[in-house]
Amino acid sequence: MKYILMMTGKKSDFEGYARWSKADLQANVSFMRAFSKELKDSGVFVSTEGLGWPSEAKLVRAGKNGEPITDGVFPESKEFLAGYWIIDVESPDQAYKVAARASQAPGPGGKPANMPIEVRPVLSGHADLGL
Amino acid sequence: MRIWASKPCGGKKAEMADHLYDAPFEHLLRELAPQVLGAVARRFRDFSSAEDAVQEAMISAFTQWPQKGVPDNPRGWLIQVACRRMTDQVRSEIARRERETVVAAEAESLPPTLEIEADMDPDDTLILLFMCCHPALTPSSAIALTLRAVGGLTTAEIANAFLVPEATMAQRISRAKQTIKDSGVPFRLPAPHERTERLPAVLRVLYLIFSEGYASSIGSHLQRLDLAREAIRLTRSTKTLLADNPEVAGLLALMLLTDARRRARTGPDEELIPLDKQDRTLWDRAEISEGIELLTAALSRASVGLYQLQAAIAAVHDEAERVENTDWPQILALYELLKEIAPSPMVTLNHAIAAAMVHGPAKGLELLRALDSDPRIARHYRLDAVRAHLFEKMSDHEAAIKHYRIAAARTTSLPERNYLITQAARLAGN
Repeated sequence: MKYILMMTGKKSDFEGYARWSKADLQANVSFMRAFSKELKDSGVFVSTEGLGWPSEAKLVRAGKNGEPITDGVFPESKEFLAGYWIIDVESPDQAYKVAARASQAPGPGGKPANMPIEVRPVLSGHADLGL
Repeated sequence: MRIWASKPCGGKKAEMADHLYDAPFEHLLRELAPQVLGAVARRFRDFSSAEDAVQEAMISAFTQWPQKGVPDNPRGWLIQVACRRMTDQVRSEIARRERETVVAAEAESLPPTLEIEADMDPDDTLILLFMCCHPALTPSSAIALTLRAVGGLTTAEIANAFLVPEATMAQRISRAKQTIKDSGVPFRLPAPHERTERLPAVLRVLYLIFSEGYASSIGSHLQRLDLAREAIRLTRSTKTLLADNPEVAGLLALMLLTDARRRARTGPDEELIPLDKQDRTLWDRAEISEGIELLTAALSRASVGLYQLQAAIAAVHDEAERVENTDWPQILALYELLKEIAPSPMVTLNHAIAAAMVHGPAKGLELLRALDSDPRIARHYRLDAVRAHLFEKMSDHEAAIKHYRIAAARTTSLPERNYLITQAARLAGN
């Protein structure tokens, strides 16, 4: 079963991250690298991506003739995706364990940040339904 | 090439200094691919189908050669397999069109493989290169098609290098071929004047393959194909075909002189290390000497072009064993020339850096102001990154931090973002 592990945060969280100390940033980056390697080594890794920050995000709708209309103004409370991992594991519990490990990524002062990780099943294709 | 003939694969790895090739015959296959394609495309007068047939022949070689060993005449083998494939196609076409006489006659008149082989033309690779770098194609299509048709890579390998699904890459390549078909370019070398006109597009595609490879060579992508090396290989073979062209030599020199710094530009944690902080003992001396030699020969000819100038700038950096010894006045002079012959906002930006190194950061910042009104670069992260660097040199830490952070938010590369926020953090003193 595949699961997506999503790291999210408000605009202020991203701005805060950009102001962490050098040592804290380095610790966080090293952790993330090691974490991805762990996923690969344990044979559960499918993919991972980190996203650009909310300051670069745009909301797009089609206008009258299908032309894009963009808007970059978001409510302060909006949660933005910061990045994700997709893993292929045997059970939801295994996915939660992996997510808990991601949640331990060090925050300011090097202590585990215990940030929330949203875990959702990734739906499989028709093959699994026998269609 | 003879050394590969009739030798079973395995145990020959030591001869391939380059780790790029997993199997010893991969190198050979890639060398042969454009020759085989040229012969088949010319015979069947159908580039698009020939390209598919050669790709299938390559895949057959990949599966059969490891067990059976490399055939005595690998080129003939590939041509034969590709031709069989083409003939099958023609036959099924006949069936489909209910034995339409013209096509039937075509199939009957197919020459034996040996005859096709004799038909080989050393310019085939060049024809393919001009075809794949056709101006009607978008850069990403031209890159993909060049890697497959000229580089002899499989769709899977190209997809893997660009981190897109194989089906996506297959579609991109087939659309590119359709565009070429629609444009009606014949399979022959463009006339000399047209060749001169179209060469910049070819060089640009090779350059883009290199820079894609160089940018993505950060991080643990060991399983990814090394596009920078592939670009160097393709440019090397282009240089043998266009030996008189100083810009091709300039481009090859630029690639070598840049690639030489590869090992020094990331740290143990894969963090980026800028040029001025690199351990220069890690630079590849052999690549530097080869680059400088190529460049010196190219510059002794009449016209100086954009790649030769960029290579010359790279050479000045590479020649400085310590960062303090960098000959900035010479770099500045080279950027001034580059601004004249190939003006672009990126050149203006780099010129400003060189000016700052010679005349002080204030001069650099002054020159950068011209770029604020240029929509091509005004919001580009590099403009802010350079500003940050120059403000830091002026000890205006507050402005430097601000611009490092803007640059961090705007870059689309994770290692760069990490580098830029770390710079801001360093100046903020926490």
